[in-house]
Amino acid sequence: MLAHDVLVIGAGLAGQRAALAAAEDGAAVGILSKVHPVRSHSNAAQGGINAALNPEDSWESHAYDTVKGSDYLGDQDAIEIMCREAPAEILALEHLGVTFHRNEQGRLGTRAFGGASAARTYYVADITGQAILHVLYEQLMKHSEVYRYEEWFTTSLVRDGDGHIVGCVARNIRDGAMELFAAKCVILACGGNGQIYNPTTNALICTGDGIAMAYRIGAPLMDMEMVQYHPTTLAGNGLLVTEGARGEGAHLYNAQGERFMEKYAPNKMELASRDVVSRAEQTEINEGRGFPDGTVALDITKVPRKRIHEALREIVNVGRDFAGVDITREPIHIKPGNHYTMGGVKTDVDGRTDIPGLYAAGEVACVSVHGGNRLGANSLLDTLVFGRRSGKHAAEHARNHKLPQVSNTVVDDEERGIREIVGRDSGNGRRVAQIREELGRVMDEHVAVFRDEDGLLKAGETVQRLKEEARNVTIDDKGTVFNQDLLGAIELGFMLDNAECVVVAALERKESRGAQFRTDYPERDDDDWLKHIDLSLDGDRPAVTYSEVTLTQWEPEERKY
Amino acid sequence: MPDYSLKIRRYNPESGQPAYWQQFDVDLAGCSCQAAICGSCGVRINGMSRLACNTKLGEAAEDAPNGAIVVEPMGNMPVLKDLIVDMDAVHWKKVQRVVPWLLPEGDPPDREYIVDPESMIDITQSMACIHCGACVSACLSMEVDPEFIGPAALAKAYRFVGDPRDAFTEDRLLDLAEDPHGIYDCTHCFACIEVCPKDVAPMNQIMRLRRRATSDYGIKDGNNGYGHEKAFSDLIEKYGLLSEAQLLPKSYGDGSLIRAQVKPAALKELTAKLPTVIRGLRSGKVSPKTALIHRKLKDQDQIRRMYKEVESHEDRLELNLYIVGDSDAEEEGTMAEGGQEG
Repeated sequence: MLAHDVLVIGAGLAGQRAALAAAEDGAAVGILSKVHPVRSHSNAAQGGINAALNPEDSWESHAYDTVKGSDYLGDQDAIEIMCREAPAEILALEHLGVTFHRNEQGRLGTRAFGGASAARTYYVADITGQAILHVLYEQLMKHSEVYRYEEWFTTSLVRDGDGHIVGCVARNIRDGAMELFAAKCVILACGGNGQIYNPTTNALICTGDGIAMAYRIGAPLMDMEMVQYHPTTLAGNGLLVTEGARGEGAHLYNAQGERFMEKYAPNKMELASRDVVSRAEQTEINEGRGFPDGTVALDITKVPRKRIHEALREIVNVGRDFAGVDITREPIHIKPGNHYTMGGVKTDVDGRTDIPGLYAAGEVACVSVHGGNRLGANSLLDTLVFGRRSGKHAAEHARNHKLPQVSNTVVDDEERGIREIVGRDSGNGRRVAQIREELGRVMDEHVAVFRDEDGLLKAGETVQRLKEEARNVTIDDKGTVFNQDLLGAIELGFMLDNAECVVVAALERKESRGAQFRTDYPERDDDDWLKHIDLSLDGDRPAVTYSEVTLTQWEPEERKY
Repeated sequence: MPDYSLKIRRYNPESGQPAYWQQFDVDLAGCSCQAAICGSCGVRINGMSRLACNTKLGEAAEDAPNGAIVVEPMGNMPVLKDLIVDMDAVHWKKVQRVVPWLLPEGDPPDREYIVDPESMIDITQSMACIHCGACVSACLSMEVDPEFIGPAALAKAYRFVGDPRDAFTEDRLLDLAEDPHGIYDCTHCFACIEVCPKDVAPMNQIMRLRRRATSDYGIKDGNNGYGHEKAFSDLIEKYGLLSEAQLLPKSYGDGSLIRAQVKPAALKELTAKLPTVIRGLRSGKVSPKTALIHRKLKDQDQIRRMYKEVESHEDRLELNLYIVGDSDAEEEGTMAEGGQEG
């Protein structure tokens, strides 16, 4: 058995930030990740990170934009904390070595981003997530007291008889060994569930593991219906084109050459919030004004060539390698695509879930600072602020608690489960990839930008059938070393739990708010639905309850951009 | 869809059997993002180290010997299973070697460090590295000297050396210059530049480390790296052609023939090279005459003018793929696009 004060599961930005914060406060920290930390999906965050750091800007303005962006579903106490602490977080990163873009005076420089009333997005070209991730990893290499378990796959969380979290069971991917990790507290930081959609901008690893594992041991999930579709993804493969492109001045056109955002958001145009722009694009496409491949055009040629090379380098590569388009010379075809999980494991502002000792931070969590729609460049901020707060709080919790005694039988249970999967006769059941593909397509068809009851019911039925089929899914690799086949089967189970919760919550919310647009309930309904939908496992189905949205200083208003 | 066949090198450590080749329609290595940003899927395709995810099957098929696309694990690293190599054992150890974290002097300022905007853009080229291992796999020097710190880790080192916030620039350079497996272990073969999927151009970063070490800090390393470069460039300035007979002795004397003779260490190493010299004489590659009287290029004046022109520049020209400069220097952009330095 391996033991730590604080065990962090996931080593993207939230996990690494949490680990460093907990270690700084004296906790013995272990950090587990199913991929090498620098392969984490935080890498993919291109555009930047928001903070009201300029003297002319204010945290209140940032907070108001975030509240409005969330379509008033975000908890305003949490949003206030995030926006107040943002400037200090940016400066801390800068001091650690992040190579943020500078203005001519050598000070931190900003770019414009969607839904924001000021240019407050700090960035490193269009590799902001990668640059921050690598700098945090440098700190992990420096602070050897944080013990790293790289390429370890967590299969389940463990509670004791009193309901406290006591650790987890994980598999060393390199040799297949199953180990029990005992811990005074566990911080989940293992990202969102984008892979339940196809296409998605998310990496193959984003299978909602943490959300499902927390749900399975009784932690409530919140706002699971809120799934962000990013306005600019490549048709077919779903690759992301950063909002930074529009921040730098790129325009959107339909097939008739109209700059259609004039109709939908006359003030902010292309820089309205993401749900608004995605709906506008999808409306154009559905009403026949898109291109035959179901897209509209993003024209980046408006941005000076030199600036493109300096600030949008990665998009030049993505266009060239994955779409065969030179974005400096011609428009690129894009459409809305699955991008971000606003919902997740319900936490308070210190990352605490309803299970004592279990924390969650980053995309796996729902504090909620994003509510119905996340603003661009607020996700990196969320991971860092709430990663740090979780780490600090967990270290404090660890100081006041003893290391729990955990029985090894939980490992036996997990091993039995794995032997059962490996022992299935190949050829009797469907393969992981087939079920995954069908799940992704049905979610993208019915639980996307526009939703209605019929579609959601269909999606629900399909997910139930796939859950049955997944119980007999078969794999080819029966070995122990790097058995990705087996991990895929386990991930599939996590994904289906996620998908079921998304569909149930989307059916439940009978209004349109943020990313949830119900064509059968097209208006926002504050009287009945200004509340969170919480889901808890009851038997083998999610049970619905509601919780209040915290309002502090901003009353819900009509949302216009 | 045209049919593609892939010839993949398989290895299962649990089978007790050696590696074998298997023909497939499609297969995957470790992979995650599918967008050339996570760096998980480094492999060798038709012998070339690269990311699998941004390799187009059609193009790979055109280069494929006998029609089958050959997919192998990366080189210079031990194979764990099939296409998966042990990057911890090689790449990450080397990264750890270069003290890969910022070391500023004293407490940080209340606000941000104020630095030249171009310096940040400059080191962002190194920050663009995704640690896929393609350059490590392709590195010819590492094949000869497995202890060579290597292209990826040295590019990472430049990220700190080039960072004005770091207070240990000279110490870092001294360390990397004096290490026999450090910056002078690179042989300028360009393989890393060719294979890097993110245009980090690791060799260029190594050359920048050398220039910083020599031109900015005057570091004369024990590996004779500095002396060798000086001898090289002096000989070209003088003759326009390399005089191999003079290169070695001059290298040991910081470019001076006389100083080389009085250095005991140099004498020892020169003596050790004698068999090579004798082989050269026997094979006729060198004759005593050509060794002593080296011929000059006819238009040697032109070479001298080039030297004069380059040396007259006040600043070293450091072009970079993240282009900086005045808006009227728009055309410079095209020069820098290749990620090469001028």
